[in-house]
Amino acid sequence: MAGADGDDSLYPIAVLIDELRNEDVQLRLNSIKKLSTIALALGVERTRTELLPFLTDTIYDEDEVLLALAEQLGNFTMLVGGPEYVHCLLPPLESLATVEETVVRDKAVESLRKISQEHSPVDLEVHFEPLVKRLASGDWFTSRTSACGLFSVCYPRVSSTVKAEIRQHFRTLCSDDTPMVRRAAASKLGEFAKVLELDYVKSDIISLFTALASDEQDSVRLLAVEACVSIATLLPQEDLESLVMPTLRQAAEDKSWRVRYMVADKFSELQKAVGPEITKNDLVPAFQNLLKDCEAEVRAAAANKVKEFCENLPEENREQIIMTHILPCVKELVSDTNQHVKSALASVIMGLSTILGKDNTIEHLLPLFLAQLKDECPEVRLNIISNLDCVNEVIGIRQLSQSLLPAIVELAEDAKWRVRLAIIEYMPLLAGQLGVEFFDEKLNTLCMAWLIDHVYAIREAATCNLMKLVEKFGAEWAQNTIVPKVLGMANDPNYLHRMTTLFCINALSEACGQDITTKQMLPVVLKMSNDQVANVRFNVAKSLQKIGPVLDSNALQTEVKPVLEKLATDTDMDVKYFAQEAISGTRFTLASLHISTKSDLPF
Amino acid sequence: MAGVAGGNDFQWCFSQVKGAIDEDVAEADIISTVEFNYSGELLATGDKGGRVVIFQHEQESKNRPHLRGEYNVYSTFQSHEPEFDYLKSLEIEEKINKIRWLPQQNAAHFLLSTNDKTIKLWKISERDKRAEGYNLKDEDGRLRDPFRITSLRVCSLRPVPFVNRAVYSFTYNVVLKRVSYFQVPVLMPMDLMVEASPRRIFANAHTYHINSISVNSDHETYLSADDLRINLWHLEITDRSFNIVDIKPANMEELTEVITAAECHPLQCNVFVYSSSKGTIRLCDTRAAALCDRQAKFFEEPEDPSSRSFFSEIISSISDVKFSHSGRYMMTRDYLSVKVWDLNMENRPVETYQVHEYLRSKLCSLYENDCIFDKFECCWNGSDSAIMTGSYNNFFRMFDRNTRRDITLEASRESSKPRATLKPRKVSTGGKRKKDEISVDSLDFNKKILHTAWHPKDNVIAVAATNNLYIFQDKIN
Repeated sequence: MAGADGDDSLYPIAVLIDELRNEDVQLRLNSIKKLSTIALALGVERTRTELLPFLTDTIYDEDEVLLALAEQLGNFTMLVGGPEYVHCLLPPLESLATVEETVVRDKAVESLRKISQEHSPVDLEVHFEPLVKRLASGDWFTSRTSACGLFSVCYPRVSSTVKAEIRQHFRTLCSDDTPMVRRAAASKLGEFAKVLELDYVKSDIISLFTALASDEQDSVRLLAVEACVSIATLLPQEDLESLVMPTLRQAAEDKSWRVRYMVADKFSELQKAVGPEITKNDLVPAFQNLLKDCEAEVRAAAANKVKEFCENLPEENREQIIMTHILPCVKELVSDTNQHVKSALASVIMGLSTILGKDNTIEHLLPLFLAQLKDECPEVRLNIISNLDCVNEVIGIRQLSQSLLPAIVELAEDAKWRVRLAIIEYMPLLAGQLGVEFFDEKLNTLCMAWLIDHVYAIREAATCNLMKLVEKFGAEWAQNTIVPKVLGMANDPNYLHRMTTLFCINALSEACGQDITTKQMLPVVLKMSNDQVANVRFNVAKSLQKIGPVLDSNALQTEVKPVLEKLATDTDMDVKYFAQEAISGTRFTLASLHISTKSDLPF
Repeated sequence: MAGVAGGNDFQWCFSQVKGAIDEDVAEADIISTVEFNYSGELLATGDKGGRVVIFQHEQESKNRPHLRGEYNVYSTFQSHEPEFDYLKSLEIEEKINKIRWLPQQNAAHFLLSTNDKTIKLWKISERDKRAEGYNLKDEDGRLRDPFRITSLRVCSLRPVPFVNRAVYSFTYNVVLKRVSYFQVPVLMPMDLMVEASPRRIFANAHTYHINSISVNSDHETYLSADDLRINLWHLEITDRSFNIVDIKPANMEELTEVITAAECHPLQCNVFVYSSSKGTIRLCDTRAAALCDRQAKFFEEPEDPSSRSFFSEIISSISDVKFSHSGRYMMTRDYLSVKVWDLNMENRPVETYQVHEYLRSKLCSLYENDCIFDKFECCWNGSDSAIMTGSYNNFFRMFDRNTRRDITLEASRESSKPRATLKPRKVSTGGKRKKDEISVDSLDFNKKILHTAWHPKDNVIAVAATNNLYIFQDKIN
């Protein structure tokens, strides 16, 4: 191993080390990602004494390199000699925790949190905790924001004197001059509260929470809402009213819509955190207000939560609360001026039917569904249609079919192709719920019309839709309703429509089975091999290859093969190419068919 | 003669002038924006050639106590390049329209610079260490024979283990050590190097020309305004911004006014203002709604019907709006005057200062040579007690808000001797021209001072006169 032979295996490592500072970022990044290899080659001692000091000062690099470095160092404990030496990793991570790029800082903090667990209690107080303090009292806000994320990992494992210091540091950061630090503190408030003793939660955290929740900066106040969830879960029920609710009430009525938006967005979590009693007395009126908020963004966020909020209401008076308090607001939202609000509501409103049961759904919700089905905004109608399954379980879709149909027809013919595409995707679901009869009567024509849409994406989706319908209704249904229409298009003067026939056959052959494919589809495909448009002819070749596995071997040999051979001598280059592709592809299938028949033979 | 700044009497004196002295000025060298950072330690200028030059304040030296610190070039970089929008067949100039510093967050400095379409976030940082020591090449970059060099390193760097050993085992040890020894780079001090690197590029959000950018007091967002829209950005997110004001009418024929400037309140994160070409200012509250199409306050001074003329509308257009540092007032500049508004009073300004009233009779010729559309900016001093704005003939004006005294000074090469006191200038307004007065007709309208900046704490001002940047300070007696 020793001697010149060794150099060969070590040469790559020498390259890696040199490339730690190559001019090419990619090479530097590559070296940093293999930092463990370098450290392994250097051994623990030199990693500690030479590599880490070098890395500590390498904070000039590009973000992606620093990000990779921050991540690597989180897994470096064994490479510096195990937990005994883990504190050696603190200096480079400390310098990374002060860079201006948030992602790098966050990663450094994440790695610091990780290696904090590998510190012995003594090391934690001797090495880790001083680092946290240094960061917390750093000159630049970047280091102070990083400190916010480290308090909660060291707090549970240090002596009570140090604990008091940590609490003091956190308090200081909560009233920092710069909004960035206050935001960082506010976002870690809940996490820090979780590791604090309950008495301190009541004495310290609540006052900080109250202060942050009335900060002059909107961006700080809205983060306090998130903290509110964690704090409320920590406190005993009897303290919630006095310690948390005043702040929460204030947040729900904040002057800034962004704060109210946050309350609406976190409403389900808040509801779970404060429990049923407060929900009934406080959150219900608050939720009503949010649903009636003057800012559309807030109403939309609240509308999104309607179903979840109702679901989580205490069961004994759920129905009564919904009927008297929530439903009137929901009714107003159905005719909101903002389409985002309506479409947010439409995406959840159907879910209310399972909560309210059949009678209430028919009497109160059905008119709303119907109104939304007629909404001028296609997104609203789509959201209703996409959630039909909830209603189906409660009252059956038939109740809706009268209004459903015009809504579907209108969407199917919408001027925006993306809307048409979206409704096509719901067709199989609708077909399943409405049944074959209704489908044949009302929707079949639509499905066929999409096949000749002028947008390719729609035609493509339409063929895929046909396949799903056949899977649902069976081959016999296909033979009677779809196949004749599809095959009829083979004679269409527009070559794009003729190609659609081929695409449909590609999609349907498997679902329709050998019989229909061989007897009805194959002749049409073969006939089209004489089409005057080359695009059609090479698609014939592609189709033949595609449906080959479905056909019986006799038809393959006697009918498909001659046609493909003829196409292989076509004047058009592409037709030739695809015909040859198909020949080699089909031969392969022939062989595999042969084998499978053989193995089926009884011995 | 008393200077103007915070009521204390003192005189302004010349400190430095930057830029070439040549008579014919290259278009690209014309300064298009001037801005001090929050501490006043750095001063940035942008020019029509898309360059940003940053000057750093050097500490006053002990040898020359009479001299206050000077500003010397700290970093120069090309912020924007000329571009061509092929879709719209439009040339996009590289001219820097605005520079705004971010509050300092770590040892590096950050600024936003914008041309008509694209805003860039730049980091200006210092580097004073360089890594040394390669395994595969020497410091001159020549490749080494990997085998030989590693063994050399061993002998020179790690002699100790071998000294104590018997000679016969020596070779063995060398071989062993040689293969396992790598040179880890070490950082060595080097000459200070200042680097400017683009950190983020905020593009494709403005259909019209960007006239303002302003960093919010929450330190995480900023706004950018063009002729018809204002967008709100997050400093870390470049692929989306929120439109917070849109005054574009459905039918462009109905367009009657454009946005001329916009600024965030220095303390309240939810308040911003924008001025219009109709001479009005709207104050909006982002708390009230996501789209601020309805203002919270509307500042407008009723027009005096007696002074109405063909040019009334043009000269009432606001070219700049600036909040005072305290956040209580804002100042607007129109063609002939500067007005200070109390945010609590919407119907008229609390103070109005005439900048160059003598031009009122010249509006016709100023219209013909397009000077009437010049966009003069204005600025506050650190304590909000004085304001400064520019005029023609390289004159600039200062107004003391307490004493109501005003002064006209000139940025010129003639008075650019070290510590030379600036002499006040006067333009004759009456029929007879007094001694030392300059007649209106002899004013040079090609020499205009559009951009000025006042140090946030001290009486140091930076005045951009075409391609020259003049720095003046108060005289220490």
